[in-house]
This record gives sequence, C-alpha cells and structure tokens, in this order.
Amino acid sequence: MKEQLLKLEEQAKDSLSAVTDAKGLEELRVKFLGKKGEITAILKQMGKLSAEERPVMGQLANKIRSDIEEAITNKQNAIKQRLAQKKLIEETIDVTLPGKKVKTGHAHPLDATLEEVEQVFLGMGFDIVEGPEVETDHYCFEALNMPKSHPARDTQDTFYINENVVLRTQTSSVQIRTMEQRKPPIRIISPGRVYRSDTVDATHSPLFHQIEGLVIDKGVTMADLKGTLELLMKRLYGEETKVRFRPHHFPYTEPSAEVDLMCFNCKGAGCPMCKQEGWIELLGAGMVHPKVLEGCGIDPEEYSGFAFGIGLERIAMGRYKVNDMRLLYENDVRFLSQF
Amino acid sequence: MDLSLRWLKDYVDIDVPIKELVSGLTISGSKVECFEEEGAFLSNVVVGKVLEIERHPDSDHMFTTQIDVGEGEPVQIVTGAQNVRKGDFVPVAKHKSTVLHEGKQVKITKGKLRGVASNGMLCSLAELGLTINDFPYAIEDGIFILGDDVDRTIGMDIRKAIGFDDTRIEFEITSNRPDCLSVTGLARETAATFGLPFKLKKPEYKGIDGKASDYVDIKIENTKLCPRYMGGIVKNVKIKPSPRWVRERLRASGVRPINNLVDITNLVMLEYGSPMHAFDLRYVEGGKIRIRNAKPGEKITTLDGVERELSEEMLVIADEKKPVAVAGVMGGEYSGIMEDTNTVVFESASFDGASVRMTAKKLGMRTDASARYEKGLDPENTYHALMRAFELVEQLGAGEVVREYTDEDYSDKTPKSVEFDAKWINDFLGTDIPEEDMIKYLNSLELEVKDGRVYAPYFRIDIGCKSDIAEEVARLYGYNRIPSTIIRGVAQAQLTPKQVFERKIRRNMLALGASECETFSFISPKFFDKINIPADSKLRNTVLISNPLGEDTSVMRTSIIPSMCEVLARNINYRNKAATLFELGNEYIPVEDEVLPQEPVRLCIGLYDTEEPFKFFELKGMIEELLDKSGLEDYEIARPGENTVFAEAVSFHPGRAAVIKTADGKEIGIFGELAPAVSENYKIKERLYIAKILIPELMESCVEVKTYKPLPKFPASVRDLSVVCDESLPAAEIEKAVKKAVGNILESVTLFDVYTGSQIEKGKKSISYSITMRSADGTLTDEQTDKAMDKVFRALEELGAVLRS
Repeated sequence: MKEQLLKLEEQAKDSLSAVTDAKGLEELRVKFLGKKGEITAILKQMGKLSAEERPVMGQLANKIRSDIEEAITNKQNAIKQRLAQKKLIEETIDVTLPGKKVKTGHAHPLDATLEEVEQVFLGMGFDIVEGPEVETDHYCFEALNMPKSHPARDTQDTFYINENVVLRTQTSSVQIRTMEQRKPPIRIISPGRVYRSDTVDATHSPLFHQIEGLVIDKGVTMADLKGTLELLMKRLYGEETKVRFRPHHFPYTEPSAEVDLMCFNCKGAGCPMCKQEGWIELLGAGMVHPKVLEGCGIDPEEYSGFAFGIGLERIAMGRYKVNDMRLLYENDVRFLSQF
Repeated sequence: MDLSLRWLKDYVDIDVPIKELVSGLTISGSKVECFEEEGAFLSNVVVGKVLEIERHPDSDHMFTTQIDVGEGEPVQIVTGAQNVRKGDFVPVAKHKSTVLHEGKQVKITKGKLRGVASNGMLCSLAELGLTINDFPYAIEDGIFILGDDVDRTIGMDIRKAIGFDDTRIEFEITSNRPDCLSVTGLARETAATFGLPFKLKKPEYKGIDGKASDYVDIKIENTKLCPRYMGGIVKNVKIKPSPRWVRERLRASGVRPINNLVDITNLVMLEYGSPMHAFDLRYVEGGKIRIRNAKPGEKITTLDGVERELSEEMLVIADEKKPVAVAGVMGGEYSGIMEDTNTVVFESASFDGASVRMTAKKLGMRTDASARYEKGLDPENTYHALMRAFELVEQLGAGEVVREYTDEDYSDKTPKSVEFDAKWINDFLGTDIPEEDMIKYLNSLELEVKDGRVYAPYFRIDIGCKSDIAEEVARLYGYNRIPSTIIRGVAQAQLTPKQVFERKIRRNMLALGASECETFSFISPKFFDKINIPADSKLRNTVLISNPLGEDTSVMRTSIIPSMCEVLARNINYRNKAATLFELGNEYIPVEDEVLPQEPVRLCIGLYDTEEPFKFFELKGMIEELLDKSGLEDYEIARPGENTVFAEAVSFHPGRAAVIKTADGKEIGIFGELAPAVSENYKIKERLYIAKILIPELMESCVEVKTYKPLPKFPASVRDLSVVCDESLPAAEIEKAVKKAVGNILESVTLFDVYTGSQIEKGKKSISYSITMRSADGTLTDEQTDKAMDKVFRALEELGAVLRS
C-alpha cells in the first residue's frame, strides 16, 4: 500500500508538471483528489490493514493528499498569473494616440489679467468699486480739476452724448463718486471700460479698460504710492521687475508721475520693442490734488492720498505677448482657446 | 516741441553724452520722445575746391572736373551740372559715400561716365537733404556752390562745414508747462537738472528817436480776453534772408526759414515761447489797431487763403474797418510781411488761453501760436519777447527800431506765492530732504523762497498750491530716490454680493465649456435690423454718441445679443468649425427724465456647430446647469408669450425659443435658436443659438448658499411609464402633472424617450419617463407606490395622455 501511495505521489507530480491550462489541472485534481479519485480508492483498502499499520498509512495518505493539493494550488496560481500576464500584454495600447478632448471654456486674457490684479489689491485691503460708463461731464472732468476750457481735455478725445454727458475717458470718475459717498480711510480700485475716439489699430482702440486706484487717509505719502505700485508690478511681472517713476502732469494729481517698466525684452538696454528707450510706459499716478479733495468735501489739510490708473490691455498684452490689440476684441476662437 | 541742441547750448554749457542728457531731462520731468542727428544720412561728403573744369570729350552737357579734397592728389569727378566754375567750393561725395537721392539714402562709388573715370559726385542741396530755404543763395537745379557763410576748409566734413550737424530733440511737454515750449524754458530745466548756470542775457536795443503811437493807435477793447498788448514800430526794413545761425536754428526746430523779419518772429516764439506777429503798416487801415470781439457776420481771410466766418465770442485784432488777425491764432491775408514792406508793427500780446483754445477749435485751425496761447501765457512774457525782437532786428540789420513802444497793460501784477513748509513737504512725500536742499532746488528753477513763502516767477503759471512746490522739490531730488513704503493701517476688503455672484457666473460658464468674449459696447443701429427688431421697438431707443468714429460704433447697445451674433458670424467666416462663447457685459438703457442710462449686466451665450448643427438642447442643458449652480432652486422653462419682457423674442425661431421664469413668474432669460432670417442677414448658412440672462434679476432669485439635504436612508422605488399623447402637449405639462400627483415622495422624474413614427398614430407621440419615489421615513411599500402611480395615470388621462399598451 505504501508503495502504491508513493507511486501515486510520483505519478501526480509528473502529470502536474505536464499540465499547462486550468482545464487540465481540474481534470488532474478530480483524478487524484476527487471522491472517486485514486487516493480515495487506495484509502478504501485501509480496512485490510492491521490496526498498527492503519494510523501509519493513514498519516502517509493524508500527507500525500495535502502535498498534491498544495502542488495543485501552486500550479493553479502560476497558471492564473501567466494568464493575467498574457491579458495585460494583449491589452497594450498605443499611448501616443491623442487624448479625448474635454471641452472647457477659456477665460479671456483681459479678464484673466484683471482677476489677478484684483486679487493683488484685495490682498492689500482694496475694495473693488464700479461706476457708470456713460458719465456726466462733472464726474469725468470738472470734479477732476478739468474745467471745460482745460487744455488737458485735448489729450483725451472724448465721445459726447450731449454737452453734459460723455462716455467716460477714464475710470478716475469713480474716484469722485467714491469720495462723495465714503468717508476716509478709502482704499479702492475701480476697473472698467473707458472710451476715447481713437481709430482702431494694433495699439489703439476706441474702447479699452482701465483700473483706477485710490487711497485716502491721514498721512498717506508719495512713498506709499511708490511702494504700492512696485508691489503690484512685482506680483504681476516677477520679483526681478524694475520700475521707474517720472514726473508728469495730470490735472487731478500733484505731484504726478508716469511709471515705466524696464523693458523685459532688453532689460533696459534699448530694443525695437521699447523703441530703444529701455523702458515701457505703463501707468499714470500721483498724489490726489487738494482741489479734488476739497471738491469732494475732504479736508486736504487733514487727509492726503494717491491715485493711479493702469491700462489693462497694456498689461495683458505684455503678459501674453499679444502684439495686436484688435485680437482682444475680435473674439476669434482660435485666439481665445489659447489661454 | 523740437529743440535744437546747438540752440540749447547758447543758454547752458551742457557737455554730456546725448543719451545722458535726454534721460536726465526725462527723469526730471521734461520727457524726451526721441532725438535725431541732422544729416545722419550723409557720410564721406567733404568740402572740395574745383581746380580744373573742362568739357567731357564724349558729351556736350557733361564736364570733367579736378577737385581738391585735401588728399594731395586732386580727384577727377564728372558732373552734369552747368553752374560749376573753376575756383568754386563744392560739396564732394567721395568714393564710398552716402547722400540722399529722391529722399532715400544712396551709396556713391567710383565708376565711368561715357568712358571717363569719375571718383565721386558733386552734390546739390537736395542731395544733402536741404532746400533753398536753408541756403537762399544756392540754386535748386545745380551744384551747391558753398558761399562765404560756410567754413570752406578743404577736406572738411560737409555737415560740420555748413552747420548741418545739429541734434533735434523731440519733447512731450505737458499742458501745465507752456514755458517749456521754448528754448529758454528747456535750457532752464537743463541747467536745474544738471546743476549748471543758466545764461539768459537781458535783450538790449538802441533804437531811433520816435514813438510807436505816432504811427499806430492801439487800444484794447476787451481787457479780459487781452490783458496786455504791446506794439513796436520798425521802419525802413530791409527784407533779406537771415544769416546762417538763424536759419540753422529754425531748421533744427522744424521751422522753415523765410526772411529776416518773419524769421525774427518765429525765432522769438521758439526762444521765449511767446508768439509774435508782424503787420505791414500799409495795410492797417486808419492807423488804428483795436483788440475787440468780432462783430456778427464778420469774416476774415487768413494767411492760408481761407475765408472764415467769425462769431461774436472770438477775439480779433482789427484796424479801423476790418479784422486783420484772429487773436492768438493766425494773421489775415494782407497782414504779413511782403517784399516791399517798409514799416512794420510788431505785436507782442497776451490773450486769454481758454478763449484762444475755443476760437482755434471752432475755426478748426490749431497753430504754433494758438497751441502756446491756449495754455495761458503770462502777460510778462510779452515784454521780454518784444525786447528780444527789437534786439534781433538791430543785430540782423533788418530795419530801424522806433525807441518808444506802446504798452497797453491791464494785467494783474501781484506776484504768486504759496506757503513753504519743508516739514509738510517731507511728510507728504515720505522723504527726509534737508530744507537747504529744497531751497537750492527751488532757486535753480527761479522759485524764490522768502519769509516762509515760495514766490513763483511769472512764467510758471502752474504754481498754485503747496503740492506744486512738493512736486518741484521731488522731481529735482529725483522721484526714484523717494523710498518705497507700504501703506500703514489695516483695511478689510471684500467683494460685494454682486461681484461675488458675477464671478460665480463667470466661473461656471468657463466650467460649462464656454469661452469668454469681450465685445464693444457701442454698436451700429443697423445691428437691430440684422436681428429683425421692428422699427418701433423699445430697443431702438438708445444712448446716441454725438461724435462717433463711424456708424458702426454710434449707439450704446440696448441688447447684448447682436454683439454676440457678430462674433459668431465672424467665427463662421473664419471657418472655425464650432464655437461656444459667452460674454458678461452691460446693456445701456435710457431712462426717461434721468441724465444717465441704466447699465445692467447681462450674460449672453452663443453657440454654433457646423458639424452637429442642432444645439438647442445643448444650450438648454448648459443653462439648466448654470441656473442650478447659481442657486436658482425653482424656475420654469416656457415658450415666450405675447407679453414677454424680451423685445428680442422676435429674433428667435418661433418654435425654438424659450424663456426662463422664476417661481414668482418673472422672466429672467430667453434662449433658443435664432430665426433662419437672422442667419441670412449675417450671410451665413448656420443656425445660431443664443441665450440672454438678466444677471441682477437672476441674482435676486437665487439662494446665496445652498443647504445640505440629508442623504437617503431608505431605498427608492423606480417605476417607468410610457404614455401616448398629442404631439403638441409640452413635456413640461406632463412632468408638472406627475410631480403634483406623486407629491412629496417624488424624488425625480426623468424623461428617457420621445417617439413619433409608424408605431404611433399620426399627430401623437409616445413619451417615456422614469419616476423615482422615496420616503425619508421608511421603505416604500408596493401599495404606496401603486397608489401614487394610479394618481399619475388619472392625472395624465386628464391631459389626454393614455398609457401606451
């Protein structure tokens, strides 16, 4: 019997090594371990054995059974693994095929830029204030120290609705509306559309966007104006950004300044992009004129403040290297989908 | 303002590289736009002397010359010019030189002309880039024979020899500094910027005995518009070209030299910033000059030969009978200097800036004079200008100055002063500039500090308050030396609910796959025709621009829809296959009895797709998602009725348009397919899908923050349902009926099929829904769901919808 069992074990091992698929393995399992299998058949003969032999044989038979079982399980796992491997290989795809398009919208470069600017100012405690685009001559000019005969009006070609109503040429009009409504301290920016009768070309548009800023408080200095604008420029153009302040004239600020950004193309050496100047004119700013404060009921002896006006188009075009302003208003999807 | 560097150096010994000069002036406030070297296009052109000249052996109109150019051996040059003689000094373009030809730079090299070697070229004025005005003794169609006003050193660079080597600097002068529209003004700024002395000499003249008033009687009738008028007489004038130093200074300043007297008036204007005029006394009728307002209907033919009608608010210079000049703008036809002029009246006057500006604008003629006057020149200027003119007349030998001039002076002579407070200035600027330095800066600009006050010189019309003084200090100290600080104090900033909502809409539209547009707020009135708006529509009541650039941008839009249509049509014309776009923009709605219109914000969505043309339900899906995300919890989609608030409803396909109604019945949006006729108007084949949503109205109906609804604890029961009904029965009615019938256990009712065709009676449709019911209190029993479904069947039967068997 012992020989029978050992022979069976050997037989099983031989058959197992020849098996390659799950079906053959199952057949083997039935053949050796099944109810009508060969081990069972041998064990049926146990009755013929002596009482001493029986437990010894029983033990041996059980060991052989469990050995075969283990061998089958191992084989089973190996086959499974091989199949899984095969499947993975079969499932290989060309990962260089194009991805499936997900349709998402694209923010307009002007609005994307504006949101960033707004974020910088919100962080510095500036509220965002809106004002009308169709505006009275009073808010657009008179209250900004620009009476009707003022020569500075010639520099802003104005669209008129009638003698007293204009399309605002600057968001500075919101300064006045804000100062009339709020008491200092005031910290606001006012972004929006402005209008000047410039014919459309690569750098001009009769409609464009400005961001006006206004700060009024006790003890606000020109140094604060510089600090605020330098911070904005660094946030927008990077820590390495250099700006310069240059005296200028606006009727509603005194002292007034124009702020130039060091040309990011030539780093100040002079190139065609900056017309050999090394600097690109970026914005106008200044300390709010005492007459403007007085006109809004704010005592210039007690309060001071600064204001600035930034052209949004210029910033956006610089950031995205857009060389023609018309693209911003044409809304060609091939342009819009680049951002 | 174009400044001659040579002229500037008459007044200040500036000797720094040009780049340093222009950047220094720009930083101190006189902004340089650009600078240009005169005659930079000339190279290797020198002074030569004609040693020999003989006829060309093979040509009857050319000559062969031997020219001494200072190189030992003479140079042989062939010329076609007829005016060259032996011994003449001429400009010689040597081998490998550049000159101008028909306005363009060309290279001259040696070659042969009809077999004779020619090693360069003799030049005419035009080839040097000059005209007869620059050298009146030269001839236009021949070689420029150098006269004795030229340095005729043989071999000398021609630019240096004839003084064509100045540098022209172009400044952008702001309107508050008309004093800088002059050489002396800019020289003063240069001196102050670089810490150099400013060398202004007081003009002097000898004159001959006599009084101007013996020649002409001058009276100001409107002293408000003309506070000062000075008249001087010059007799026995000798009209001739000005000397070279005058001509080259004018040329570099962009002014054409004419003759000595005219040149003097121009020279004084450029040098002192004060315009002058010279009248021929013969044409001043009655020997009287009156400064008065024009009379009704009065006309004048100005120097440019145009007859102009004057109005009563305009100021004129008149003789006994007629206006002879428009004050501060331009002289009359016969008022100027002529070849045979014998006696002239020099006018140096001060006019009201606003009045000159208005007059020049109304007459449509802005001149060098009006550009200066309109900024408000100080009356004191007129005196200095006249003195300088007298000095120049004598210096140039242009005539005899009658010593006593007429001075009608009504001007206010009170010196302007403002408080000087060094501490306040430092506090205001955020600086720490010592008081002595401030005073030094101010003095260098001729602003005098005395007894705690700053006294402004007459030419500084812009000084009026403390901050003006702060600016003067700051710009000479250097704006870029002012420290950069952060504003003190804390401030809380927050977006308004409107801003928050609009940002949310924008973000959601981007997430829904729409790209953002920016279109012009002004449109053409024809845009309304394009979207089929009837002539009597309220949309045509627009805010009109009285001076538009063109019809295309002449009215403020009352509807955002045509702007989007333009964009879609443009994209179609660009052959872009599809577009999904949105704009969050204003409409401009006139309000009766209000000065300003309302400017409500609208969301406009626009779609087309050339490959899958039908986009209605895509658009509707976007809108539903947007409304849901915006926090609109209860609304209805319906066909626009007769009384819809949207005047643009007529632009839509009548069968493919819908409005969005809030729970309280307010229409807050319209969307759908535009009528095919609209596409035709845009000359496109594609159908356009458009939505317009009223943002403030939507915001009002939305919840700001959504409330969490607990997740279900019990399973749902789902029943499917197919009914057959009239094709015209809106699905929304069925849904409404289902909702009402099922009541509060209804979770959702979802359409999954609509069928019309052979299996169904004509005029009918089969419509299928999946109805999900759930209770928060327990698992629904079959009886409960059956009971609900029975109610549904009965409700649908009432609508004429029967269960599909």
